[in-house]
Amino acid sequence: MILFILRRLAVAIPTLLVLIVASFILMKVAPGNPFAGEKTLPPTVMENIFARYGLDKPQWQQLLEYIYNVVFRFDFGPSFQYRDRTVNDIIAQGFPVTFTYGAWAFVIATVVGVTVGIIAAVRQNSWADYLSLGFSIGAQVVPNFVMAPILVLIFTLWLRWLPGGGWNGGHWSNVILPVIALSTSYFASIARLTRSSMLEVLSSNYIRTAKAKGMPSRDVIFRHALRPALLPVISYLGPVFVGMVTGSVVIDLYFSTGGIGQAFVNSALNRDYSTILGITILLGALTITANLVVDILYAWVDPKIKL
Amino acid sequence: MKSNRMIRAAVGAVALLGATALTAPVWAATVPEGTTLADEQVFRYRVLDNINTLDPQLVEDVDTSAVVRSLFEGLYNAGPDGEPVPGVAESYETNEDFTKYTFKLRDAKWSNGEPVTAQDFVYAWQRAVNPETASAYAYFLGVVGIVNADAIMNGDMAPEELGVRAIDDKTLEVDLAFPSQWFPRTLSHATLYPSPKAVIEEHGIDWTKPGNIVGNGAYVLTENTPGERVVLSRNAEYWDNENTVLEEVQFLTINDDNQGLTRWRAGEVDQTDIPSGQYPTLEAELPDNAFSVPQFCTYYLSINMTDEQPNEALKDQRVREALNLAIDREVIINGVLKGGQIPAFTLAHPMTAGWTVPDVAAASMTQEERDARAVELMSEAGFGKDNPVTINYIYNTSEAHRQVATVFGQMWKEKLGVDIVLQDMEFQTLLDTRKAKQYEIARNGWCGDYNEVSTFLTLFQSTSGQNDGGIAYDDVDEWLAAAPTAENSTELYQQAEAKIAEEAAIIPIYFYTENFMQNSAVKGWPYDNVEQTWYAKDLYKVAE
Amino acid sequence: MLADSRIEGTAKAQAIVPTKGRSLWTDAVRRFSHNRAAMVSLIVLLAVIAFSLIGPFFAQWSVERIDWGVMGSVAEKGAPSIETGHYFGVDEVGRDLYSRTLQGMQVSLMVGIIGSAIAVLVGTVYGAVAGYFGGRLDSVMMRFVDIIYSIPYMFILILLLIMFGRSFIMLFVGIGLISWLGMARVVRGQTMTIKNREFVEAAVAIGQKPSAIIFKHIVPNLLGVVAVYATLLIPEMILLESFISFLGLGVQEPSTSLGALISQGASTMQYGTIWQLGFPLFFFIVILFTFFFIGDGLRDALDPKDR
Repeated sequence: MILFILRRLAVAIPTLLVLIVASFILMKVAPGNPFAGEKTLPPTVMENIFARYGLDKPQWQQLLEYIYNVVFRFDFGPSFQYRDRTVNDIIAQGFPVTFTYGAWAFVIATVVGVTVGIIAAVRQNSWADYLSLGFSIGAQVVPNFVMAPILVLIFTLWLRWLPGGGWNGGHWSNVILPVIALSTSYFASIARLTRSSMLEVLSSNYIRTAKAKGMPSRDVIFRHALRPALLPVISYLGPVFVGMVTGSVVIDLYFSTGGIGQAFVNSALNRDYSTILGITILLGALTITANLVVDILYAWVDPKIKL
Repeated sequence: MKSNRMIRAAVGAVALLGATALTAPVWAATVPEGTTLADEQVFRYRVLDNINTLDPQLVEDVDTSAVVRSLFEGLYNAGPDGEPVPGVAESYETNEDFTKYTFKLRDAKWSNGEPVTAQDFVYAWQRAVNPETASAYAYFLGVVGIVNADAIMNGDMAPEELGVRAIDDKTLEVDLAFPSQWFPRTLSHATLYPSPKAVIEEHGIDWTKPGNIVGNGAYVLTENTPGERVVLSRNAEYWDNENTVLEEVQFLTINDDNQGLTRWRAGEVDQTDIPSGQYPTLEAELPDNAFSVPQFCTYYLSINMTDEQPNEALKDQRVREALNLAIDREVIINGVLKGGQIPAFTLAHPMTAGWTVPDVAAASMTQEERDARAVELMSEAGFGKDNPVTINYIYNTSEAHRQVATVFGQMWKEKLGVDIVLQDMEFQTLLDTRKAKQYEIARNGWCGDYNEVSTFLTLFQSTSGQNDGGIAYDDVDEWLAAAPTAENSTELYQQAEAKIAEEAAIIPIYFYTENFMQNSAVKGWPYDNVEQTWYAKDLYKVAE
Repeated sequence: MLADSRIEGTAKAQAIVPTKGRSLWTDAVRRFSHNRAAMVSLIVLLAVIAFSLIGPFFAQWSVERIDWGVMGSVAEKGAPSIETGHYFGVDEVGRDLYSRTLQGMQVSLMVGIIGSAIAVLVGTVYGAVAGYFGGRLDSVMMRFVDIIYSIPYMFILILLLIMFGRSFIMLFVGIGLISWLGMARVVRGQTMTIKNREFVEAAVAIGQKPSAIIFKHIVPNLLGVVAVYATLLIPEMILLESFISFLGLGVQEPSTSLGALISQGASTMQYGTIWQLGFPLFFFIVILFTFFFIGDGLRDALDPKDR
């Protein structure tokens, strides 16, 4: 197991490097630059700005210097968009926000999805099956950029129960709506995957044996069926994680949380090179970690798989 | 010498009769007698996600200016009707031909207790043009006429050569490269605010963080969370602090217009922009809360006037004019925007101080007449429904722009048989494409930086960096170069506008208005100020 | 007893495998047709597709023509009505929503189906090969997936759309590039589990070639999970496209997609023009629901061990 982790980490580093280089190239190829605005700057001022931020050096030099700063000094550089912040500032402020509501959304989506899936599988083709599945599908098919304003209309305007936005340092009332809007996108997918995989497991030989032996259904489900049934679901959690990161863009947009998803889109649109690279690396590292965790979880659940 | 100075002052006073006076009343929150103030004096203002800096010399956009305006104060502020009122400066004198201004500063303090001196202004203004600061508004000082500003900006002179000096701690002298009676109007612009040298040198890039930042405005910075909000609270050291009523100002980032409206209705924000097209409905529903005020900007289409224009048809003046005439601006304003905008046939905003919009032919025709003339022109040029023109129109992605483009695109199609290809792109790409002159027709807009017509019309100069269309007419260049120093400058500017309209080098569509919802408890808002420069220190909330 | 059933099981598996080609499908079709929810969904989906193709012939207004009489007072005059010929009402600018919704359906369905087809083909083969061979090959292949995965795909999509302009092709390329990854991971996971099953061991023991094993044994056993995942994918593709439209990067005007219509409709929700959101969202939800239930039906029908 330790060897597995170490091997993965060893591969993670070149992965991240490739990520940095690829992102750098893509960023630079796109038209525009961070300092173009509606009011054109005189060429001399542009030159000065470029010089100040090191954008006038040859591209390969910029790339190497950037990598050096990141690896040896954990310095992601100044933001081109926010003149008085560094990328480290932006990440330090935005990441905890996104992580908070993202983690909650992830947990809730998984718990609800798996629960619905189990109910639907165990009570296959009954009302419970259709209803629970219907609920989860209904929640998922409303895109989150429709869900978010609807939630605000209901909870902020009509009921006046919850604030319509802001983060307030992570106050619980500000976390609820973002979590709902983000998690609903995955209820159905997780539920259905759980259901189908559970059905498969429930019809396998050893389950039939257990039932034949007179084991109570609850034990059958939770002690025997659940673990193998969760395998495809665990594999799916990787994409769920990535999807939440994407979804967080919409959440940040509507709820003005100051999270990293929005900083990300803004930096792309404003050509804030250093922030884009910084967030990309962060997300890349996170994804690699998430995938690693998923693989470990998978191996733990399926004893036949050796790491 | 004393007598000399007195004579000069007298001459100056006479010369300034009727214009901004030496002793204009100070403006602050004037609460009428007997008003009950609300218990909570907090103003929540909605902004977009673009508060990129709080450094006055680096500020670029409207929302950021609103924040910085409360943190710092310039020599003169913009009064409720747009006329300058004293800020840090108590008064000023000028020489006969308005090329030298001398400002007398009052005893004002920075938020750390240090006095505001003339040297602070000198430092700030030199900093603004210093190429090392890399300010996007470095050009502003040259535009308003401060001597040597452009040369310093281009690196040809040292910042110390700037035409501004501190005679003593409370006296600031400014030299202008051309006579300008409107110079005081430019002083409320953030680039010309003072900056605290010691603080900047101590903290470097971090000087604008809460806890470090020091300003001379009515408020200090308490919190700055990008993407979420900026919070300011009362600055006890502000020289006019006793007249400030609002205790706290919150700038809340809300990216989506509709979300802003929802949260306004829920009482979470006091003022927000009205989503495009919703003004009439909201005005009918809540007449006391919906406002439509002129905004100092023009929406127009840039036509590529260089040789690189890919579309041959657009090189023909008749085609351009036909396109201009065929657009029914009333329909766009009343059908899509619905915000009380004003149709535009020229560039400079009608409410610019001292400006009268010149009469151009298109403006006085009825729309039927325009349509008829447009069809005529098109067929003269050899095009029409049987020989259609295809036009590529680029604009930056936004619901409002899309709607406007769809509408005039259809107008062109139905009236002139024009096949329009709508291409939207994100903002940066649009800027790039426009700059590179790689387009046929592009969406464009311009907001004035100061309340004088040159802020719009210098766009037409062939040497201007803002001239996205590549407009180059010798006579226009001549007129624009002569205008600042000429007696009949208004005439010259009007001639320039008329010529551009004749050539249909741009297609102006409308003059902006700003439509917003405002909590009825908020009082003191400068509705008549075309630049909409509002100061939190002038506002107050009454009890419901 | 156990040993017997094992041999029996293996023999059965071997006996089934060669003739699986034919009886599986007829069996599957029969099972599918008995699943009420799936059949209803299939019929509804076919009806919706037919509607999107035939409906335009009944439209009185084109996709881009503006109704000048209605424009400007959409809330009052733009409601759905038979007389004005605007069966679904008009959008904010005064264009007929009926034709636009139909076109939107065509675009969204195309995106969903083609995008998923790409994902299934590429992802299944890739994942099966990686999972079966394991070891070094698996490591390399999965690392490659990881690297692509770690690049926040939204960023790539935005950049692709910026650099190459917005077109249908770009949309498919962008969506296709991302969609096969999840499938590959799930398939690989499942393959690793399946390859340890008895019948595969048996096939190896009798000397079948790896390619034959993969395509004759492993892939058919994957079909259940793949089918479910693929039908999970189609809704996700459609949702992804709606997100891209929301960001302003989807299909170019005057073309539209359900996602774009929903995004525009959501922004006018509170202004009394609820039909602008209602109609596109209705079809959107119906399409997604049907794909979900069809997916379930397919899974139930294709799984050889079920009931």
